[in-house]
Amino acid sequence: MLRLIAQRLGLGLITLWAASILIFVGTEILPGDLASAILQNSATPESLAEMRSELGLDRPAIVRYGEWLGNAARGDLGHSLASKRDVVEELSPRLKNTVFLAAYAAIIAVPLAVALGLMAAIWQGGVYDRLVNFVTLLTISVPEYLVGYILIKYLSVQMGWFPSLANVTPETPTLDRIYLTFLPVMTLVLVVVAHMMRMTRASVLNIMASPYIEMAFLKGLPKWRVVVRHAFPNALAPIINVIALNLAYLIVGVVVVEAVFVYPGLGQLMVDAVSKHDVPVVQACGLVFAAAFILLNMIADILAILSNPRLRHPR
Amino acid sequence: MSGHGRKVGETILKVEKLRVEVRTDRGNGPTLVHDVSLELKRGEVIGLIGESGAGKSTIGLCTLGYTRGGCRMTGGQLFFEGRDIRQMSATERRALRGPGVSYIAQSAAASFNPAMTLMQQVCEIPVKHGILSVAEAEATAKRLFRELELPNPDTFGDRYPHQVSGGQLQRAMAAMAMAAKPDILVFDEPTTALDVTTQVEVLASFRKLIREHGTAAIYITHDLAVVAQIADHIMVLRHGKMVELGTCDQILQAPREEYTRRLVAERVAGHAFREDLDTGEAPLLQVSNVVASYHSLLRVIDNVSVEVRRGDTVAVVGESGSGKSTLARVIIGLLPRQSGDIRFQGQSLPPALKDRSKDQLRRVQMIYQMADVALNPNQTLHEIIGRPVQFYFGRSREDVRKRVLELLRLMDLPETFINRKPGELSGGQKQRIGIARALAAEPDLIICDEVTSALDQLVGEEILRLLKKLQEELGLAYLFITHDLGTVKRIANKVAVMLKGKLVAGGETSKVFAPPYHPYTKLLLSSVPEMRSDWLDEVLASRVQTLAAVRAAQVSLPG
Repeated sequence: MLRLIAQRLGLGLITLWAASILIFVGTEILPGDLASAILQNSATPESLAEMRSELGLDRPAIVRYGEWLGNAARGDLGHSLASKRDVVEELSPRLKNTVFLAAYAAIIAVPLAVALGLMAAIWQGGVYDRLVNFVTLLTISVPEYLVGYILIKYLSVQMGWFPSLANVTPETPTLDRIYLTFLPVMTLVLVVVAHMMRMTRASVLNIMASPYIEMAFLKGLPKWRVVVRHAFPNALAPIINVIALNLAYLIVGVVVVEAVFVYPGLGQLMVDAVSKHDVPVVQACGLVFAAAFILLNMIADILAILSNPRLRHPR
Repeated sequence: MSGHGRKVGETILKVEKLRVEVRTDRGNGPTLVHDVSLELKRGEVIGLIGESGAGKSTIGLCTLGYTRGGCRMTGGQLFFEGRDIRQMSATERRALRGPGVSYIAQSAAASFNPAMTLMQQVCEIPVKHGILSVAEAEATAKRLFRELELPNPDTFGDRYPHQVSGGQLQRAMAAMAMAAKPDILVFDEPTTALDVTTQVEVLASFRKLIREHGTAAIYITHDLAVVAQIADHIMVLRHGKMVELGTCDQILQAPREEYTRRLVAERVAGHAFREDLDTGEAPLLQVSNVVASYHSLLRVIDNVSVEVRRGDTVAVVGESGSGKSTLARVIIGLLPRQSGDIRFQGQSLPPALKDRSKDQLRRVQMIYQMADVALNPNQTLHEIIGRPVQFYFGRSREDVRKRVLELLRLMDLPETFINRKPGELSGGQKQRIGIARALAAEPDLIICDEVTSALDQLVGEEILRLLKKLQEELGLAYLFITHDLGTVKRIANKVAVMLKGKLVAGGETSKVFAPPYHPYTKLLLSSVPEMRSDWLDEVLASRVQTLAAVRAAQVSLPG
């Protein structure tokens, strides 16, 4: 089993490396030249050439890639072209905000989705099952910005319970943060719960056809126990994978929600950097997103392996 | 409901005119059980016997107040200690299951939850029904493990189902069923999935368990000889109706009904050996000193040699894991051999399937155990049987159709079947299609891998007769892989006995299966249940010596 886990770790690193190439190539073919973006109107052929050699842009791409990757591996992501600050410094408060938002949403969404899914499996075909399926289908079909605006309209504008802007600063105390970000978190929860809940229900019901489930009923166990204790542990692998996918989405795919609630997250930073041609920041954001995505999927793979008793307890 | 007032001889279960029907949203389906009545007294064992579709499992499950998806009890009464199970509320039924009536399923491997330890599962009934505390339940479980002769009874329960053998798992299931001292045990084909030698041991522990605890039992099986060892009464069922009910000896020795007579006769028949006629012809298939393994770790086939001549039926017998099916894969080329040689009509066959010529492929065909899985459910019989005709002979569409019709006639199937799909056929008919597909290639040798073991006794019998007829008409040779020694005696002129990948005995069936036996052959033969109620006692009496002889012989095996 350790070999399997080591394999997954190795694969994760290779994927991250492949992602780094894509990110570099992607920023390389971004329209417009970095030097002219910086110099803008004051660009003359001479100053452009000078700027290029200053930035090292006259060297071949492969050399620059190697240098960038080497620096990144040491934790040096370069300097922002716009603010001239160290990219790591620029990024870290934003990353903290993004992780905070994602973790906050996940802590609510994951247990909620699993519980709703299990209940839907227990009362399969009943009124509850149909209702929860309908509602979650609705929340997954409505675009997230619309969900955000609906929440703002009712909970913020009409009722006045929560602020419509989640403008936190590094100095905001944690309790205030929890309050300020409540609406964006709710938006995210509504968006991700459906997928996880449906997968929980489907994979538990899939297991419910197994002979050992019939056996559990023949032992006189109540249905909730059969579902929770006998079916759920065997249905974990696909559920874990879908949870990981959704957690990854919470980190890398929340730009729209950040924009709606003016939340200073990593997604916003990346969008800004792209429009400003701030290549080092774009590359750094890309790397962080890729790493988060790969890491979560890798953890999911490893947990799925661990959930298999045959691998956990070899003969 | 257990404990006090247990008196042997008192009626514990009375089933009156039980009727079970399939009920779906689209209306009523077929009736699975027609007005079956039976009575079970404490300390008594009743055997339910019949082929698949006889309704025996359905009846067994009804005594737990349970029906499988779509079925419903629509008539009659089932009195458990005087209370009708059909009238019980859902809660009352749950209370009945486990402490009142307990169930032992056919496949313990599938019926144990892979994600829980054996101890957790064994203790579930007494603990969750509030009969015993966890500590008491664990002590009971350990005592039962000991009674059932499971290895290391104190730590056995810490294991997961995949960590113990099939026979051990089946006994663990008996422990699970007994943990809350039920009044009735329902055994549903509990030894069918086991090897013959394991079956003897498991059967003996079940019998001991029932006798020592004085528990009443319903024993469901398709094998009369098995039920004869354990039951006081036997009920024969067919198509959901009772055919005959009598004491064990009466059913075996003086069956009243024609159907029972056929079941008994089939089981007793076939003791005459098929003769081996040496034609002096060169062998068709010559397997010499073949070695093969998966992932090159363990030798699954170790130095095996077999010869098949035209018109031969060579049986390959052994328990699961003996390598008999792997041998078939090696011959056909699915698993390339590592050393040794396989010659067909004097010509060496390339080890791997992909290196063999079309003609070499055509001459050796295979029929599988699970006809269901081996036929593409989306193709018509025309496509299934026509494909090899087209592939090997490149005939025109019209000729292919003609040939398919001819093959259907040869299989005693109506020509109208040509446009049907496998899903519309019965188990026996599907196996006939498997045979027709093999014959379409006009092979010289057909490898039959457990072709009758998934079929009912009488249906399997028909398939064997068909194979025999085809052999006489077409001069085919068969390599017949099976664990059913009764069949071997009747149809095979030669036999190869395999144990752990090695050949332990081989040659003419009449010689291999007659004294002096190889100790392992003796063990196998003695493990085949016989149609007398004292068979198990006899086998158990001589078993220690037989096992010792096998162990001694294994040490002296070559390689």
